[in-house]
Amino acid sequence: MNTTRRTVLKSATASGVLAGLIGTGALRPTQVLAAEWNKAAFEAKDTAGALKGMGAGAPSDSKDLILRVPDIAENGAVVPVDVVSNIPNTSSIWILVEKNPQPLSASFDFANGALPEVSARLKMGQTSLVKAIAKADGKFYTAQKEVKVTVGGCGG
Amino acid sequence: MADPMKIRATMKGDVAEIRILMAHPMETGQRKDAAGNAVPPHFIQTMTVEVGGKKVVEGHVGTSVSRNPVFGFKMKGAKVGDKVVVNWVDNKGDKRTDEAAIA
Amino acid sequence: MKQNLIGALCAIVIMGGAFAQTPKKPVAKPAAQTAPAVEAKDAATIEFEKFRAEMEDSNPAELFEMKGEEQWKTKRGPKNVALAESCDLGLGIGKVQGAYVKMPRYFADADAVMDAERRIVWCMVEKQGFKFDDIAKKPFANANFTPDITNLVTYVASHSRNMKIAVPLKEPKVREAWEIGKEIAAYRAGPYDFSCNTCHGTDGKRIRMQNLPNLSTPAGAMKGVQGWPGYRMTGGVMLTHQWRMGDCFRQQRFPEPKYASDAVAYLLTYMIGNANGQVYKGPGIKR
Repeated sequence: MNTTRRTVLKSATASGVLAGLIGTGALRPTQVLAAEWNKAAFEAKDTAGALKGMGAGAPSDSKDLILRVPDIAENGAVVPVDVVSNIPNTSSIWILVEKNPQPLSASFDFANGALPEVSARLKMGQTSLVKAIAKADGKFYTAQKEVKVTVGGCGG
Repeated sequence: MADPMKIRATMKGDVAEIRILMAHPMETGQRKDAAGNAVPPHFIQTMTVEVGGKKVVEGHVGTSVSRNPVFGFKMKGAKVGDKVVVNWVDNKGDKRTDEAAIA
Repeated sequence: MKQNLIGALCAIVIMGGAFAQTPKKPVAKPAAQTAPAVEAKDAATIEFEKFRAEMEDSNPAELFEMKGEEQWKTKRGPKNVALAESCDLGLGIGKVQGAYVKMPRYFADADAVMDAERRIVWCMVEKQGFKFDDIAKKPFANANFTPDITNLVTYVASHSRNMKIAVPLKEPKVREAWEIGKEIAAYRAGPYDFSCNTCHGTDGKRIRMQNLPNLSTPAGAMKGVQGWPGYRMTGGVMLTHQWRMGDCFRQQRFPEPKYASDAVAYLLTYMIGNANGQVYKGPGIKR
């Protein structure tokens, strides 16, 4: 699998070797991020607070923002969510679970050929609306669907 | 570094599909352990996906993402053999980087 | 053969401790199914199955396969030996490819019918020098801890991906184990007078949102086999078939079976043997 990295790390006894590798980009000790993790948005207790934290204006409903979720989640701990934006120039997609204690679940920025779509697996504490927000050309769009969350049985 | 991820990247026509499986407890801070104490929050906060040396996705996530997260992305303009590098950093500063070639 | 059955059941009953459990939630009586409930099951089942392929596609079980691979190939234990160079899963020392679907099987060196987990534990004890009691003390995973044996079982199971289940039922000792397993599955006991068959002996049963496969049929048995080892989404835990047998006993309010015992091996021979001929897709994902 990633034997090259492991072999290199095991044999890199001199700091010079490591420094050389960092220079070539083979080892990347820190990320280069466009922005810091947005504490205010992620810890907001409702959708309005999360959107405000992300600096989003009121989103308008869009049929070109496709949200695929199960009607009933087999398990609230792992709910598959797929979002595809057919809105031109979509730069970001955010996903929120309205009734979660902290609704903002994830935000993704796309560049350099990435298509504006994402699959993720989310935790849902209870039956709730799952909301996708797309940012395109400075404007915000939204689509939502309800996912029912049940308690599992005592079977396998 | 933390436990390794599994990255699978394949070409489907002219679109590269990237599936990432990360090993992480993604503790919300609300779960209680056997003694009744809340397990402190421990979750991935930021992640990046680079293909062929360029950043294609930057993701910021919170505690609502499932344990052992799975993400899927797609891109155009990549080809078989291009290197996909995924990196994540969590709220404790722990991090992980893994790579795979597009098959 | 009756002697063996009594012996196996004694192995179950003698394990004390777990018997005095207060039931946490009332167990639904499987017999009380009305027509509307069956319809609701279909709708939910269809919904779950829509996403099932996607969930199985990137299964966190793969993370445990990776750990298991490392543990299989590393020299470990007081004897400092790797399982890869010492453990015969039935196809030759160290041979993992295709071994899982051919178990349980009879191993002459242990003079016992063994399922995969029992065999790997045997190798860990006999070849690597680990103590059985140490493994048996914490044999199953929880949210904070996954034992080595769980990773190893997951790894071994993954190397039978896309192969047909082929428990050697024609061999006399395996056949005998299957017969005993069948009787254990029918054996009613405990405060609810349940047997395995109470939940898993007929078609169309369900507990809440979970359908209960009929383990006496090929299709039902395969559902059971496909599930374990499996990554359980509840709690994000990797759990094995051996674990599931114990947990079923617990839910029936039986005493727990002895870890990696004859009784469990016989039950697994019955269950997995019933699935013979069907394709195993590798470690599963469960609710």
